Amino acid sequence: MQFWIVQSLNSLALGGLLFLLATGFSLIFGLMRIANLTHGALFMLGAYVGVTTLKFVPNLWLAALIAGLLVALFGGLLERSILRRLAGNALGQVLVTLGVSFIVADFCLIVWGGDPIPIAAPTSLQRPIVVGNIAFPAYRLVVLGIAIITAIALHLLMERTRLGAMIRAGVDDMQMARAVGVPVSRLFTTVFCLGAALAGAGGVIAGPIMSAYPGLDADMLPLALIVVILGGVGSLLGAFVGSFVIAIIYTFGSALLPDLAYVILFLPMIVVIAFRPRGLFGRRST
Amino acid sequence: MAFTRRSFLQAAGVGIAAFGFPVRVRAQTEPIRIGLMTVKTGPLASGGIDMERALAQFVREHNNTLGGRKVEVSVGDSAGVPAQARAKLQELVERNKIQVMIGPLAAAEALAADDYIRSQQLPTLSVAAAEDLTQRNPNPWFVRGTSTSAQSAHPLADYCAKQLKYKRMAVIADDIAYGHEMCAGFQRVFEDSGGKIVQKMFPPLTVPDYATYLAQMKTNIDAIFLGFAGSNGFRWFKQFNEYGLKGKINVVGGMTAFDEAVLRNMSDEALGIITSCWYSAELDNPINKKFAAAFRNEWKYDPGFYAAATYVEAAVLEAALASVNGKIEDKPAFMKALRATKIDTARGPVAFDEYGNIVGNVYIRKVERKEGRLGNAVIYTYPNVSQFWTYDAKEFLKNPVYSRDWPPAKNLES
Repeated sequence: MQFWIVQSLNSLALGGLLFLLATGFSLIFGLMRIANLTHGALFMLGAYVGVTTLKFVPNLWLAALIAGLLVALFGGLLERSILRRLAGNALGQVLVTLGVSFIVADFCLIVWGGDPIPIAAPTSLQRPIVVGNIAFPAYRLVVLGIAIITAIALHLLMERTRLGAMIRAGVDDMQMARAVGVPVSRLFTTVFCLGAALAGAGGVIAGPIMSAYPGLDADMLPLALIVVILGGVGSLLGAFVGSFVIAIIYTFGSALLPDLAYVILFLPMIVVIAFRPRGLFGRRST
Repeated sequence: MAFTRRSFLQAAGVGIAAFGFPVRVRAQTEPIRIGLMTVKTGPLASGGIDMERALAQFVREHNNTLGGRKVEVSVGDSAGVPAQARAKLQELVERNKIQVMIGPLAAAEALAADDYIRSQQLPTLSVAAAEDLTQRNPNPWFVRGTSTSAQSAHPLADYCAKQLKYKRMAVIADDIAYGHEMCAGFQRVFEDSGGKIVQKMFPPLTVPDYATYLAQMKTNIDAIFLGFAGSNGFRWFKQFNEYGLKGKINVVGGMTAFDEAVLRNMSDEALGIITSCWYSAELDNPINKKFAAAFRNEWKYDPGFYAAATYVEAAVLEAALASVNGKIEDKPAFMKALRATKIDTARGPVAFDEYGNIVGNVYIRKVERKEGRLGNAVIYTYPNVSQFWTYDAKEFLKNPVYSRDWPPAKNLES
């Protein structure tokens, strides 16, 4: 019984983490049709910027905010200066974003060195919560909470604001949106910044669990891809459900069938691609 | 060596007579070209950069002169990718004309370069731990001055069973050959000493989160052995604390789990953890005291596994070069000298077995705070440990190489 409870909590916490990672990726992919392979690198950059920020402001949440803003700034520059020129050139975008992720990774290595750097959870959350004979880290529950709040905030943004309406219009039919006067250029930059900000802040929030280390980017990028492909690109609900489905399958899969840990992560994605190419919640695009 | 001063003079005299004076002068003034195959980018870069720093320090301390000849060092960066290690090595050999190689860092890289090393007859001093490089498929051009995967794990298992009196243990390591070999060696010695390994876990190398492995870890055990490499042990241990398991289950670690490079980013939660390794920055011998102090002075942190490994290999290289009077061109004689090396180094006394692998001390260490920083204090020494531990080499080699499934774990509980 204890096993099932703890592993369920683990799934939920990991799902929260995956959502913070994947939702930005999904937004960018959905609207701009760019498979932004720098996303993992932006996540790592966020974690490292958080490390440095925490030396000056000893508050994790503030550090996450600052890292999010700085990474968003970087994302905006990337979009304006390079990706903009490659509109419609999918192969070029893939190569450029992959190339930039290598540059970011080596930049981090030069600046922060090759050793793993821990990020401390807020002191009040460092102790596990103990109920009966079950101990669970308090911080992970908070991460889950943050993911849910982020999801609600994004939902409101998409459904209740003008910006959200424009994004939805763009995702559904780009040419039509352009025709009715949606400022697509500005919209693209905004969305790319938003996606980058989510990655950067996510990197800091994941810090107390994962630490900042070289290779974090490469560890996270496939997870973002799996979640988004499973959930369907451009769909907030898809990213949310996809994150938790992957987390549950992964957690129980690797606990119950440890020898298949690698397979289990990719199997659901392959099945979904085979039977539902647009993902669980993806819409037909034009 | 049967090479006396007199026979050397005779040989040299013959050489002068046969080839004329200028040739001999040229051969002696030309520098020896050393290749360092390391990793300066990617996830393994931390250790790789330490390798370069330690080699630079050694060469500088010897005025760029080893065995009476100037040396030139060329550095290749493999990024930890086996295919790239092979390509870079070829570049070092063909373009930089290296005569001896220190490196590569990772086992997979050494395996990828194995054929090429044989075909080029390139004397190689490696830190790569893969067992069979010096066991069932030994490369005649290879010496290893550090440890095989299991060489440092065997003594720790003995220590856990006999000194700490642990009876039931679990093991966890990365799902790569290095992790399998270390855990297998640990299991064999621990079970031969009367203990039981009741659980084995091999998370993928790039696992995002260890939560699921922590949740299924048995709690009715005395201790868990960590066979992680790089930053994974660090992350596992942080999460272990996060789940409030510290103090309930003892943790012991293999040679890379709580390396100095990892310790410098840890805090008091690591205090008291016991690990085994062929080195510690705290080792109390004159060579190490000088090495560690100078390294710390320059880089502001303690030398760990990779820095010490390269410094030791460089010392072995220097001793071998001195014994052949710098004549690295005679490869078989140089190789013989390398394997015959018997010297004191930063890790303690060093000698090699007939497979080219180190026979040297393995230290049991405990994390302690000293002068404000965490270090691995040496609490027990196993002298002159062979890669075969106390087993007979011939019998040992008849068994399959250590792996996930060998030796079979008979005491697993589900």
